[in-house]
Amino acid sequence: MATLIPEHLLFTEEHEYVQKPDAHDIVSVGITDYASHELGDVVYVDLPQVGAKFKKMEVLGTIEAVKAVSEVYSPVSGEVVEVNGAIEGDPSVVNRDPYGAGWMVKLKVKNPAELDELLGPAAYAAHIGQ
Amino acid sequence: MAQTETLKRTPFYDLHVAAGAKMVPFAGYEMPVQYPEGITAEHHVVRKGVGLFDVTHMGEFEITGKDALAFASYVTVNDPNALAVGQVQYSCFLHETGGIVDDCLVHRMADRVMIVVNASNCAKDWKHINRFAGKFDVTLTNRSDETALLALQGPRAQEVLQPLAPGVNLDAIGFYWFTTGKVAGVDCIIARTGYTGEDGFELYHAPADALKVWHALVNPKSPVKLVGLGARDSLRLEMAYPLYGNDIDDETTPFEAGTGWTVKMKKGDFMGRKSLEAQLAKGLTRKLVGFKLLERGFPRHTYPVFVGGKPFGEVRSGIVSPSLGDAIGTAYLPVAVAKPGTRFEVEIRGKRLPAEVVPTPFWTKGSRR
Repeated sequence: MATLIPEHLLFTEEHEYVQKPDAHDIVSVGITDYASHELGDVVYVDLPQVGAKFKKMEVLGTIEAVKAVSEVYSPVSGEVVEVNGAIEGDPSVVNRDPYGAGWMVKLKVKNPAELDELLGPAAYAAHIGQ
Repeated sequence: MAQTETLKRTPFYDLHVAAGAKMVPFAGYEMPVQYPEGITAEHHVVRKGVGLFDVTHMGEFEITGKDALAFASYVTVNDPNALAVGQVQYSCFLHETGGIVDDCLVHRMADRVMIVVNASNCAKDWKHINRFAGKFDVTLTNRSDETALLALQGPRAQEVLQPLAPGVNLDAIGFYWFTTGKVAGVDCIIARTGYTGEDGFELYHAPADALKVWHALVNPKSPVKLVGLGARDSLRLEMAYPLYGNDIDDETTPFEAGTGWTVKMKKGDFMGRKSLEAQLAKGLTRKLVGFKLLERGFPRHTYPVFVGGKPFGEVRSGIVSPSLGDAIGTAYLPVAVAKPGTRFEVEIRGKRLPAEVVPTPFWTKGSRR
């Protein structure tokens, strides 16, 4: 099945996506459409608290799907400025709209240079064999 | 996956792939774990409508000969002699130790017995029962590779199946009974059995006819939706039906597993009987219970269990119930506390969460149970 890889996003090899930063260096983070399909139906999402700080590729949260549990890594170093409480109430949004309503946290990026280390859409497509 | 080439495929393989199934290795077969709708949607289809499972991987053993019933009685715990022709019973095979070799369904036919076993144990079961065949006038035939099996499950199953089987009055087939007849012109054993807690039928037929049966059930005019092994597990667990390898295994006995009702101690000798007698005389030390988590979490098979702060085994089965929303599961607890209301803990990634023993089945609103 074809998977969605939006052109305006950056990606990790672990299947997180990052929306490019706004003027305040704040990015949205979630898991890719590919990851949500691989995981299957998401039933729980454990998200960090606002104010929590993560280094690049530290575990930021956990996604429980019917068949497997998966960790979500922080694609870049930063501080959580907002969490998407709506997906704790209805985790299936992560499957339905991973790049939209299914975002997980917003991070204030500590070191914007780390963004340059992420995969672009073409590199991510190659990574998942598309 | 290099091992794919050695995996068996059912006659429905191409249809699963065409339907967008995620195929996984399971018990030596490539089987559909889910279709594009996803496990949760498939689960609800079976609770509310009608779904179709390919369970061709299950094993079928045929016992013929003068001693067919006596043999079946010796190798299983339930009493096949109590069956009428056309009736089915849930049962299991035991080791000499009383541990469960496998659970199974025993069907009594006019001239033979058919035992249906788990795919994952088929080879082990076959070897096990053949050990005892010499003492009886029986012929054992493993029909597993010659038998396709579809399970049509859900409250709308009969409504869908009846027009395809005009020569059979489905109303006359009770729960855990079967008959033979044509479905879409194909000779089938039509059994009112299943593993979901809903009404439904299991259709045994020849692989050569398999696609005729499938297309009669699955087509644009039919309400039947495809359901994979993922939803099969959540449906059975909501009913607290044991799964071999999780809830029951070589080390557990039927009394411990809560299936003591299947054991007919008065029927005469059977494999494992002495060990069961000894266990009853000594008293049980543990029993399988159903539990629900009191905090948010996903209890999975093998997560550690703590009773009174001390380790006591592990979660045997666990899931977030699609029908109830609760995180539910099974575990063996010390017999003294294996009753509803008992609190214990399940460790999930280093954190111990409170759990409470609850009555089973978890789901009590099914159309069959």
